[in-house]
Amino acid sequence: MTATTEIAPVVSARRFAGLREFWHYFSQSRGAVLGLIIFVLLILIALAAPLIAPHAPNEQFKPLFLLPPAWSPGGDPRFLLGTDPVGRDILSRLIFGSQFSLLIGVIVVTLSVLGGITLGLLAGYFRGWVDVVIMRIMDLILAFPPLLLALVLVTILGPGLINAMLAIALTLQPYFARLVRAAVMSEKNREYVTSARLAGAGHLRLMVLTILPNTLAPLIVQATLCFSDAILAAAALGFLGLGAQPPTPEWGTMLANAREFIQRAPWVVTFPGLCILVTVLAINLIGDGLRDALDPKLKRS
Amino acid sequence: MLRFFLNKIALIVPTLIGITICAFGFVRLLPGDPILALAGEHGVTPERYEQLKIQFGFDRPIWEQYLKYIGDILHGDFGTSIETHRPVIQEFLTLFPATVELSLCAIIFAIVLGIPAGIFAATRRGTVIDQGLMGTALIGYSMPIFWWGLLLIILFSGYLHWTPISGRIDVRYFIRPTTGLLLIDSLLSGQKGAFQSVVSHLILPTIVLGTIPLAVIARQTRSAMLEVMGEDYVRTARAKGLKARRVIGLHALRNALIPVVTTIGLQVGVLLAGAILTETIFAWPGIGKWLVDAIFKRDYVVVQSSLLLVALVVMGVNLIVDLLYAVINPRIRVQ
Repeated sequence: MTATTEIAPVVSARRFAGLREFWHYFSQSRGAVLGLIIFVLLILIALAAPLIAPHAPNEQFKPLFLLPPAWSPGGDPRFLLGTDPVGRDILSRLIFGSQFSLLIGVIVVTLSVLGGITLGLLAGYFRGWVDVVIMRIMDLILAFPPLLLALVLVTILGPGLINAMLAIALTLQPYFARLVRAAVMSEKNREYVTSARLAGAGHLRLMVLTILPNTLAPLIVQATLCFSDAILAAAALGFLGLGAQPPTPEWGTMLANAREFIQRAPWVVTFPGLCILVTVLAINLIGDGLRDALDPKLKRS
Repeated sequence: MLRFFLNKIALIVPTLIGITICAFGFVRLLPGDPILALAGEHGVTPERYEQLKIQFGFDRPIWEQYLKYIGDILHGDFGTSIETHRPVIQEFLTLFPATVELSLCAIIFAIVLGIPAGIFAATRRGTVIDQGLMGTALIGYSMPIFWWGLLLIILFSGYLHWTPISGRIDVRYFIRPTTGLLLIDSLLSGQKGAFQSVVSHLILPTIVLGTIPLAVIARQTRSAMLEVMGEDYVRTARAKGLKARRVIGLHALRNALIPVVTTIGLQVGVLLAGAILTETIFAWPGIGKWLVDAIFKRDYVVVQSSLLLVALVVMGVNLIVDLLYAVINPRIRVQ
């Protein structure tokens, strides 16, 4: 009894030290910190969207169609970034759009990580035919260019944001499965796993509680990269008219509707794409930083 | 080498079968009636429906349908487009060279700029140049290319009137397809200005499609160079008193290029996925635009076949890259 109560604070202190060490390496990269700041700002914007957006995202201000940004001639200070072809405030739509992008990233990554971990654990732990079947299916998914597969899946499921997220999650999931499988295979015969097995741990406990935590570092890096992939892919599907449907203020969908106005009203095109770029860039900066901080090989050099 | 080759083939076969099952299953998973979807008809009479059912072989058991599908494919019969009533394979073969031409230009653009940029950054590690180049590469890597394409059109086509907005060549020219690659065909045709027209149409799509591979190649080259430059043989070469240029060019680069070649090979899938977006933006008559158009016109025969054909192309190119890789790097062959 007393033993467990004494161990607990030691463990948490060690975990805290681990975090501090991680932060030390992570914060060495200025890019990563910049990415993190942008990302946190984005989360705040998404959370506070109803409070900070000057207008409702779908409110039309007839006949103020295609107003240029406020600083250019003909602009209106009420519409800082101008209005779109049906007279909606672009800034407000962009602010609400951040909710969609972050949601897409979170949902897609969660789905593909959970799917990938389950399949990867099963394949790497049991090997044999389970492994063969699972990994051949993963190879099959990887044989198609991801966007092509997502397009075809959305054709089957029907256009829409939820179906697009499902399709993208499916295309990203093999990366996690492969990663977890490889990690499990290298960890499985280590002494700590054997001793846990001898102590009587069941398959599920061995897989999830003993082995999985030791495969987390590469998984976190991959999840970050997939977060930005998911946002880009969802925006691409939206752009092609197969993702989020209008009038949803999703950034890619906003671009799809703006295409015919690129000559007359370039700002309608410029800002949504800029938002996608900045978001994806911020996440990729974080991903690079995470990789450098979590990769012990790079730390030494 | 032969054993390596056979091993690779053996690994591919299950995936190949899987791809055909996916394409076969695709029409059967579509919402609504697959027979009507394949025929592209609505509200048909019961007699006509029975006729279509027999025509598409839906009256037979599913495994027999699948075997017939495989048989047709092996005979080069990919069905007939609902929209144009032309054989799908014929359409594919007319449009595919356009995608090949665009993809080749894009990958050449990416290699020609990416490898030197990576080397340059690696040899100046930690300097402003390195940070600037790698920052730019990360921006390129994060680029939503459909937006990038629109921006370039706004600037170069709309604002400066330097390049055309869409298509492969000016409508004034008629080029008889010999190779299907307009860069070559336009030169062969001997028509004045045709080649320039082709080049000016190619520039923006090439940049757009090449941006992500360029960023990937630059980043990969830099990290491969940095890794190699820490090796003993490079230090030895330096200690021998060889000039920096010779050390980097001969000793480091040759070894650093091995992972870069793999990276370039892996870009094929990226290029074909990017082609879907790039061709849509620039109205480029290739298989990417063909696929997107087919989805919107509900031409499911075309969607089904392009899914199959594109996957086959990707697999084929990946196989070639694997083999090339084994030729450059003997260590792979033994494993």
